[in-house]
Amino acid sequence: MLNVFWLLLKRDLLLALRRRSEIFTVLFFFLVVISLFPLGVGTEDKTLKQIAPGVVWIAALLASTLALDRLFSSDFSDGTLEQLALAPQSLSIMVLAKMVAHWLLTGLPLVLISPLVGLFYHLPNDSMVVMMLVLLIGTPILSMIGAIGAALTLGLRGGGVLVSLLVLPFYLPVMVYGSGAIASSMLEGLSLQPYFLLLGAFALLAIVFSPWATAAALKISLE
Amino acid sequence: MKINWFKYAAPLNFYSLAGKVIPFFWVAAIALTAFGLYWGFFKTPDSLENGMKEYYRIIFVHLGSVWMAMWLYIMMVFWALVGLVFNTKLSYMMASATSITGALLTVVALATGAIWGKTSWGTWWDWDPKLTTFLILLFIYIGYIALQSAIDDTRRSDKASAVLALVGLALVPVIYSAVNCPDPTQCSSLHQESSMKNIEPNIMRGIIFTTLGFWMYSFAAILMRVRNIILQRERNTTWVSKLKEVN
Repeated sequence: MLNVFWLLLKRDLLLALRRRSEIFTVLFFFLVVISLFPLGVGTEDKTLKQIAPGVVWIAALLASTLALDRLFSSDFSDGTLEQLALAPQSLSIMVLAKMVAHWLLTGLPLVLISPLVGLFYHLPNDSMVVMMLVLLIGTPILSMIGAIGAALTLGLRGGGVLVSLLVLPFYLPVMVYGSGAIASSMLEGLSLQPYFLLLGAFALLAIVFSPWATAAALKISLE
Repeated sequence: MKINWFKYAAPLNFYSLAGKVIPFFWVAAIALTAFGLYWGFFKTPDSLENGMKEYYRIIFVHLGSVWMAMWLYIMMVFWALVGLVFNTKLSYMMASATSITGALLTVVALATGAIWGKTSWGTWWDWDPKLTTFLILLFIYIGYIALQSAIDDTRRSDKASAVLALVGLALVPVIYSAVNCPDPTQCSSLHQESSMKNIEPNIMRGIIFTTLGFWMYSFAAILMRVRNIILQRERNTTWVSKLKEVN
């Protein structure tokens, strides 16, 4: 079972590394959104600090929904996905491997580049660390919930807009606690533990249920 | 006696049954709502202990639509689940008919809430947990309807939207707790705590009757919509072509 997981993970990463530009598109989209906000809202130090937590998360949500299309669509169009669904191994495990690969290619780069956001928005160092940590816990959840939406809308006309409509409301708890943690880190004497616990709980919930729901959705879409 | 539980799972049988019961639901809906509103307007105190004046009477429409909007979501998931388990066509049709009435009542709940909010809090909209959750509920209803209409193949659209409805049901409590308590170290909100226990009995009566009226309306509207869906989906069968309303 683990064999399939590693095999598929390696394959997806290899395929993505052969077309490196796609990884950077998501990353640059994130950066563009991040740098548009100060120009639209105002560049005073106080405003920047106030909007930073929300802006980082909204940019991450949008970047992650935009990248969802890539999760299954190329495998679907060349028939690989059908072969995977026919394989004797559990589809949920394969889906989990694809989710992990997707996160490594779209979520992890956002986590790594987020200190730059901290510089743009004049965040203190402590908040920057908190931001990286919550993104590290939160972006996998986005990939996992998003995968359900991507599987449901597989191969539909205008699927890109539809998938955003379906999954963005479900991202809300991640965004609320993720940005809440960053905002609290800028205030003195607030405990951040509840935020991390809640995000962690949500991540565990997503790991348990989303591969299963995604596999069910894929089977429906492939019928 | 052997009961055939699935007799009315056949669209043919259900179509005529629904046609027979719809008038009763309409009568019940109109009578109960009218009575509830009459009681609410004329038999209740003009102002409440907490300072609310005449304008609190929008509660008779507000609470009825709030409760029904939530209840219909649960019913929608129930029919979606029955469809996934037993693979009955009619259950999916019920789920899809329920979604539209549910979305409609969510809009009514939000609109009446906004009007009430303007008079009692002085603002049309506040990012209060209950309001926000209802907005999200509306988005989920819309997502369900959008997904269903985006897929041409009915079998796939039924099942896919059923899965979406289930995921929604699992996540709505999480969303509610997130907006209810964005800062886990301290929670607060404008919306009053549910105070059903110490409510004035006459007001309670008005609320119960309008809610029952809305419930009956939901039955009538959903059954009418299911009949339409049955006609659309079964239009190639002989029994539909023999119906007198089709010819």
